[in-house]
Amino acid sequence: MEHSVHYIGMNPYLPILLILIFGLALGLGVSGVSLFLGPKKPNQHKLEVYECGLPITSTAERRFSIKFYLTAILFILFDIETIFMYLWSVAFDYLGWFGIVEIGIFVATLAIGYIYVLKRGALRWD
Amino acid sequence: MVELSLTQIISTILLMLLGIAVGAQVAPIMSWVERRQCAIIQRRLGPNRVGIFNFRIFGLGQPIADAIKLLFKEDFVPPYVHKAFYVMAPVVPVITGLAVTVAIPWGSHVVVNNQIVNLQAVNLNSGFLLIFALSSLAVYGVTLAGWSSNNKYSLLGGLRASAQMVSYEVAMGMSIIPLVFIWGTLDLQVMISRQSEILFGFLPNWGLFHAPVSFIIFLVTIFAETNRLPFDLAESEGELVAGFLTEYGAMRWSLFFLGEYSMMFVMCVLTVSMFFGGYEIPWISQHLLLDLLSPTFGEALTRWILLPIGIGVLLLKVVLLMWFFVQVRFTIPRFRYDQLMKLGWVYLLPIALVNLVVTAIITAFIKFH
Repeated sequence: MEHSVHYIGMNPYLPILLILIFGLALGLGVSGVSLFLGPKKPNQHKLEVYECGLPITSTAERRFSIKFYLTAILFILFDIETIFMYLWSVAFDYLGWFGIVEIGIFVATLAIGYIYVLKRGALRWD
Repeated sequence: MVELSLTQIISTILLMLLGIAVGAQVAPIMSWVERRQCAIIQRRLGPNRVGIFNFRIFGLGQPIADAIKLLFKEDFVPPYVHKAFYVMAPVVPVITGLAVTVAIPWGSHVVVNNQIVNLQAVNLNSGFLLIFALSSLAVYGVTLAGWSSNNKYSLLGGLRASAQMVSYEVAMGMSIIPLVFIWGTLDLQVMISRQSEILFGFLPNWGLFHAPVSFIIFLVTIFAETNRLPFDLAESEGELVAGFLTEYGAMRWSLFFLGEYSMMFVMCVLTVSMFFGGYEIPWISQHLLLDLLSPTFGEALTRWILLPIGIGVLLLKVVLLMWFFVQVRFTIPRFRYDQLMKLGWVYLLPIALVNLVVTAIITAFIKFH
């Protein structure tokens, strides 16, 4: 019978999962503690929306500026480009000058898109 | 025979606990530090009275008193909010803020039971990208808090915060790329050991000297990412009451700060690891100390001696950086929102792109000429 010992390395993502669960438990637990410890004294004014005491005319569920959508879309575009650059930067030594030229073309294309966005005024907030 | 390495499991759990302990303690201690520093800048005294029994210890009892006060406050859920999201929103920053602490590199490695124990709880081949991935999830907490509160101020604060955080994330991600190809790795520990060398014979080989522009961009973006002044548009008291925090109180309110300060701490650790040589003492690398001390103490023991030294050096550097955060908070006024977005998109992003290309060309000349 062979006795060879294999040390199984832990799945490196397991501690992350554990700490996510721990964080969830801590967050809910701590906010739950004051549920038991704190007083309960609701009154009419406390139950109103805190908007500086003026009578409430509408709920907060209303349309908001398109700018926020635009920002989100631009973020997704540019953030994905960033991820592509990470791939190149890890293989920097391996790709050599070829990689530099390629990333130059990539950045130039990105810059054209960026200038277009800038000229169209998508980044103007005033 | 298959055996799960108990040493590895225990050491990973201990390292995780160390991260959680430090990450969760940052918020109370920093709340005291910030109030004292603010007071000193404004020529006041600040909280200096609360101590333990008769020992005043500069008012360090204040965070404990605050925590107890917060625990005994009314846990109030307003009737008009979206309950599930309202309750979950403060938990999100806590989860992400604590989760990023697993990626802190506390030192190189020690040897226990003939096994090498890496002093980073989670060592992935994607390296510090884990911190970025988890830290960007924090934006959900802010957005959910703003939307679920069903309050116009909260909604505006939440929208502003989320737009701000995603905007600066682009520049942040791009500013770090030069360091990846300069060091040729994503692994923080490898980066740190490379930074223990000496540059030009007199400078420590810090990332700061290799990519100064990256450092400036990264520093600005971590201020924006952690929603701190001068970028705390999300909770600008003058216009939005308290932004997305308006409808929150008691412990839920403080959970946001727990997560935020933990995140700020990890971001400082990341900055220190990438630009200031992490746990390495400048000019005196751990390699050098290992060679010096090994003949007397043996290698295994020397590594154990180096462990607390490394952690001490790391924390010292991080504390200095966090003190800088506090200093900035009380000396620089808040930006206007359009100025903030303009700084992120119109200045930082193109600068980061140009910096990337220029650094790439210079590095290529040095590496493959």
